[in-house]
This record gives sequence, structure tokens and C-alpha cells, in this order.
Amino acid sequence: MTSLPLALVRGARHRWRRSLQLRMVTTTLLLSTVVALLIGVTILHQVQTGLLEAANRSAVSQLGIGLERAQSQFAALPHSDPGSVETTAQEVANELQDRNNDSTDDAYDVVMLSTSGLRSYTPDGVTSSIPKALQRAVSRTASVAWTYTEIQRNDGTSAPGLVVGAPVNAANLQYQIFYLFPLTREAQTIALVERTMIFAGAGLVLLLAGIAALVTRQVVRPVRQAAATAERLAAGRLKERMNVRGEDDLATLAASFNRMADTVQRQISQLRELSRVQRRFVADVSHELRTPITTIRMAADLLHDAMSDLPPELARSTELLQQQLDRFELLLADLLEISRHDAGAAVLEAEPTDLRALVATMIANAVPLAVRRGSELTADLPPAAVIVDVDARRIDRVLRNLVENAIEHAEGGPVDIQLATGSTAVAVTVRDHGIGLKPGEASLVFGRFWRADPARTRTTGGTGLGLSIALEDTRLHGGWLQAWGDPGRGSVFRLTLPWRTGGVIADSPLPLNPEEETADVPPVGHRG
Amino acid sequence: MKARVLVVDDDPSLAEMLGIVLRNEGFEPSFVSRGDQAIGQFRAIMPDLVLLDLMLPGVDGIDICRAIRAESGTPIVMLTARTDTVDVVLGLESGADDYIIKPFKPKELVARMRARLRRLDEDVTEELTIGDITIDVAGHEVLREGRPISLTPLEFDLLTALARKPRHVFTRDQLLEQVWGYRHAADTRLVNVHVQRLRAKVERDPEHPDIVVTVRGVGYKAGTS
Repeated sequence: MTSLPLALVRGARHRWRRSLQLRMVTTTLLLSTVVALLIGVTILHQVQTGLLEAANRSAVSQLGIGLERAQSQFAALPHSDPGSVETTAQEVANELQDRNNDSTDDAYDVVMLSTSGLRSYTPDGVTSSIPKALQRAVSRTASVAWTYTEIQRNDGTSAPGLVVGAPVNAANLQYQIFYLFPLTREAQTIALVERTMIFAGAGLVLLLAGIAALVTRQVVRPVRQAAATAERLAAGRLKERMNVRGEDDLATLAASFNRMADTVQRQISQLRELSRVQRRFVADVSHELRTPITTIRMAADLLHDAMSDLPPELARSTELLQQQLDRFELLLADLLEISRHDAGAAVLEAEPTDLRALVATMIANAVPLAVRRGSELTADLPPAAVIVDVDARRIDRVLRNLVENAIEHAEGGPVDIQLATGSTAVAVTVRDHGIGLKPGEASLVFGRFWRADPARTRTTGGTGLGLSIALEDTRLHGGWLQAWGDPGRGSVFRLTLPWRTGGVIADSPLPLNPEEETADVPPVGHRG
Repeated sequence: MKARVLVVDDDPSLAEMLGIVLRNEGFEPSFVSRGDQAIGQFRAIMPDLVLLDLMLPGVDGIDICRAIRAESGTPIVMLTARTDTVDVVLGLESGADDYIIKPFKPKELVARMRARLRRLDEDVTEELTIGDITIDVAGHEVLREGRPISLTPLEFDLLTALARKPRHVFTRDQLLEQVWGYRHAADTRLVNVHVQRLRAKVERDPEHPDIVVTVRGVGYKAGTS
């Protein structure tokens, strides 16, 4: 038993393989997500840079104003004693801070530090927000420096901010002025842009996926319809066609498909007509030839009965006439039989038959021929009846053919007949120990009018169609007819039949090659 | 007495040759070459047996077969060039007792005709039962609960053969030999069709026969009473 997640994964993989639409939508979804992310990140970066640069510019200009004011204040000092400088610094610091409070702009803080005493002239605790690195940078470069940092507020909150600072010289003392600009508004703007971008991006991606689904649906639906129509055509409903709408590629597909179906239908009906004509012809030939032959036959029989009264050469002629008439009749019968198979007019009349009894009777009937040829027939049959759905007339003909063939080629040796049953099939093998078959001949033997050795004369008067008809009769049963042979070791013909009409044969209960005991693989067809 | 045979055939050479052979064998043949004249000739001659070619101008051989069967049980042997099951079965179902496929040997034809004409030990009084049916062999009568059932001579022979050996299972080949006079195994379709025709007449329910019972894979036997 499979676990649920595993089954889900398998189901998803199955759908993935089966559904073009799913694959298209997923691909679109993934690609548009990547594109949306790239675009979003770029835009966000641009916005952020722009905002910060603007903040930076205004901060530096504010700092410039503050510096100017401080410089002028310090320069106007009459005395350069440390006490008055300290006082002035305090005043400047207060003034700059107050100026900020007057403006409607964002509240910023101003911090004035004395580098010598490291003393702050700003009462607020914001001084601690100025990074030490920035202070060092200002004193080292003696010019404007800036950095981004977290600004600690008096109420305990903190916000991202920009700190710019510059040195101020007052007589013999060194001061530094720092402006702390909170970037709360910029941060809010960026966050807003970010949120908007995420929503817009997600919406866009979903929209694209929807569009992809819609577009592929437009393509996939006609394709699915074509597949369904093809399926119905294959099932034999030749009148099935696709709907043609518009003039686009899909309409072309439908039109081409329909043209193909038209052609196929026309061809099939043509073939059917040909087959009907062929059957009709066979029936006509049958009647037209058989009636005169019947008259000839009766006349020849009459002559044959009076043979003792005829002069020797006339008697012999009568005998030859009789023999060749027999042969002609056999040939005619076989030709008609094979034409009937070719025309597809052969009908299987299967009914439950005891194959064991059929084989036994067939062997008994073949004994006189075997005796004449000096061959011995041996039979290996199961102890009980073997009831199989077969057309007894055809199977009797197949087996008679195989046995007569074996006797003809046994060259006086024994002919072994074996019947065995398996789970899906029954099999009969007929083996002779005569000249056997050369390599490659095993499939040729079923060919029409085929002879192992063209120079060799036929002695038993076979028509050369016997094995071809046997193969067709076997096919009609859904069975196998196969040959094996080895020069000098004789040959084996094996007939395998399913238990029931339409049954599938898994393997044959008897080996084809008598030297190997394993069951074998299904055969390739032997068509003559 | 010579048996009268009506030959219905459109091929003049074959008809003439059949005439020669049949006269040699001691029959008294008469001929008709057109299908539409066959029934009139049949009524005029009242033959003991009809040899009927299936392919005829005018009326189809099958129709003639039905028409004769409608008014008489006279044995009909079909001559046919067709070996297709459909044709053969159609001929048999329309009432022919036997068929012989062209080309045939004259001796074979004569053997079949004699088998159809032969009447077995008719002076012996014999009464057989099969199921709820009684057969009066000498009187050539088949009765169910006192009411007669009309059978053709062939159907009568078939039923009698089964009834004579109630426990014996007949193979189709055995029936062919015993009833039709075949010496070699031949087409068992003949038996199948005639068993069906017989069942249609003697069974209460031909779908579930209890007079002529099928033994799967073997043949037929008489139903037990």
C-alpha cells in the first residue's frame, strides 16, 4: 500500500506528463516570477538611491548653513579665552537647534561636540547615536563626512537616520557639528513602494498565469478534440470529423485532419469494395469452374469403370485423366480456400471440440499413407479429453496437412505427434526425423507454392498451398503455427491454440525446438 | 421399382451426364432446367428424390427447396458449388436433407441418394420412446400425448437413431454415417442444422432441449424420460 503523499506526488507527476496546459502555466508562472522580482528589485533600488541622495543633499546644505553661522559667531569673539568660546559654542548649539524647531521641516537634531573635552553642547541623549567612526572620520579628514545609522530618541524609540558632520575651528579649540536627520519618511516611502511592488508583482504573475492558461486552453482544446476524433476514427467510426472554425492555424489543423480522414475513409471503402468484388469473383469462379469439372469428372469415372474393355493406351490415358482430375480438384479447392482467406471471407465456426479425439482420428486416418511410406506414427496424448473452442473442420485440415507433410519428408523414419495443454493454450507438435530444414527455411515453408528443393519432384501430389492455408486457418483461431528444422535432424511443426476464441496465448506448452525444454518467446508472423 | 429422381439443373451438359449416370445406376431421372418450372414438374412427377442445383435462373434454388418442403417430405439433395458456411447452412435450413459439393464423384452422389431412399426394416413392429415422445417405427409416426408430430423422413431417421440407443452418446461423425450414409468423416454442419430443425419440431422449448440433448465436446444423445 502506498502512502498518501507518495500517491499525491505520483498523481502530480502523472498530470505533469499528461497535461500540456499544466506545464505551460507552470512555466509561465516561474518565468514571470523571476522577471517580476528582477524588475522589482531594480526599481526599488532606484527609488531608494534617489530618496537618499535627496536627503543627503539637503542634509549637507543644512550643515553648510550651520557651519557658516558657527564660524561667523566664533570669528566675532573679542576674546579668545576658553570660557567665552565655551559660552559661544553653547549659544551656537542652542541657536541651531532652535532654528530647526522653527522650521516646518522634519525635525532634526543638531549636536555640537568639543573634540578636546569631548563635551556635548546638546542636552539631549542623541549624542550617543553619533557613531565614533564618523567622529574620527570628521577629525581625520577635517571636512564634511556622513553616514547612515540608527538614531536613538529620548523616548527610547529608534529610527533610521542620516548623520552628517563637519569640524569647526574656534580660536584654539576644536568643535564638531553633527546634524542627525531621521529618515522615517524615506523609510516609509520605500516600504510603501516595496509593498506596492510586491502586490503588483504577485498580481501580474497570477494574471500572466491566467493568460497562459487561457491561451494554452485555446490551443490545447482543439488538439484534445483532434485526439478524441482520431481515437473515434481509429475505433472504426469513419464518419467522425473535427469542427472547423475560423482561418487560423488550428482551423488549418482541423481542416487537414478532416482531409486526412476523408482520404482514409475513401481508401477503406475502396478496399472494402475491392474485397467485396474479390469475394464475388471467387464465388463466381467457384461456380463457373465447378460445374464443367463435375461433368468431366462423371464422364471420366464412367470411362474409368469401363477401363478393362479399352485398348491399353486408351486405358492408360483414362487412368492419367482420372489422376490429374483429382489433382486439379485439390488445387482448385486450395486456391479457392486461400482466396477466401485473402478476401477476409473465411468465417471461424468455433465450438467446444475434443482435440484429443480429433488428433486420434486424424492419426488413424493417416496410418494408410504412413504404411505406404514405411513410416511409423507415434502419438503422445494426454489421458483425458481436451475440450477446446475450435473450428473442427479447419483444425482437422491443419493437422492432416502437418502429418501428411511430415510423412512425406520423414524418408521412412518415424513421425511423432504430441498433444499437451498449458494454462493459456494447447499445442500439437508433429516431428519427423527426415532431411529437416536448412537455416532460414523455417519461415519460408509457409510461403505459397514454396519447395525446399525446386529440382525435387512432388510425389504425394500436394498442391503447394497446404501450409499456407494451415497458417491462415491458425491465424483465424488467433493461434500460432511455427516450424523448426535442422538439416539431418528432421523438422518440427507446432500448432498452438488458445483455449477459447479470442484468448491470448502467453506461451506454448510444448517446445518448438525438441532439444531445448524451455518455453519460448512469442513468434514472429510467418506470412508467405 | 425404379426410384424416380427429379434433376433440377440449368447446365445441359451436367444434366445429361447426370442422366447417363443415374440410368446406369437404375434410377428413373427426369429433368427441369428452369427454377420457375421446378414446382410444377415436382407436382406432376411426384419423385422419390429431388437433386437440386442451388444456382438457377428464374427462381433461386433456396426458394424451390422451401416450396417443396412446404408440401412434402420428399428427400432433397442439393448440388452446390459453394462451400461457404452461410450458403450451405442456408440451403440446409431451407429444408434440404443433404448436400453434395461440386465436383463430386458419381459413386459418392449415388451413395448419398441411396441413403436417402433406403427404408429400414419397415415390416418390423417397433415402438420407441424418447422423453415424452413415442415413435411408431413401422407406422412412421411420432406422437406426443397422442398427437402426431410431422417430421421429414430424415428427421424421423435422426430421431429413431438416437432413440434406439437411449444411453449412447453419438458423435456427429457417427450420426453422419448412420443417418446420412457417409463412409468418411465429413461436414458436421449437416448434423448441427438438422438437429436444430428437429428440435424446433419435437422440443417443448428448443432453447432448453430435453429430447435431443447436446453433450459438450462430443455430440448428441437421447434425453431421458
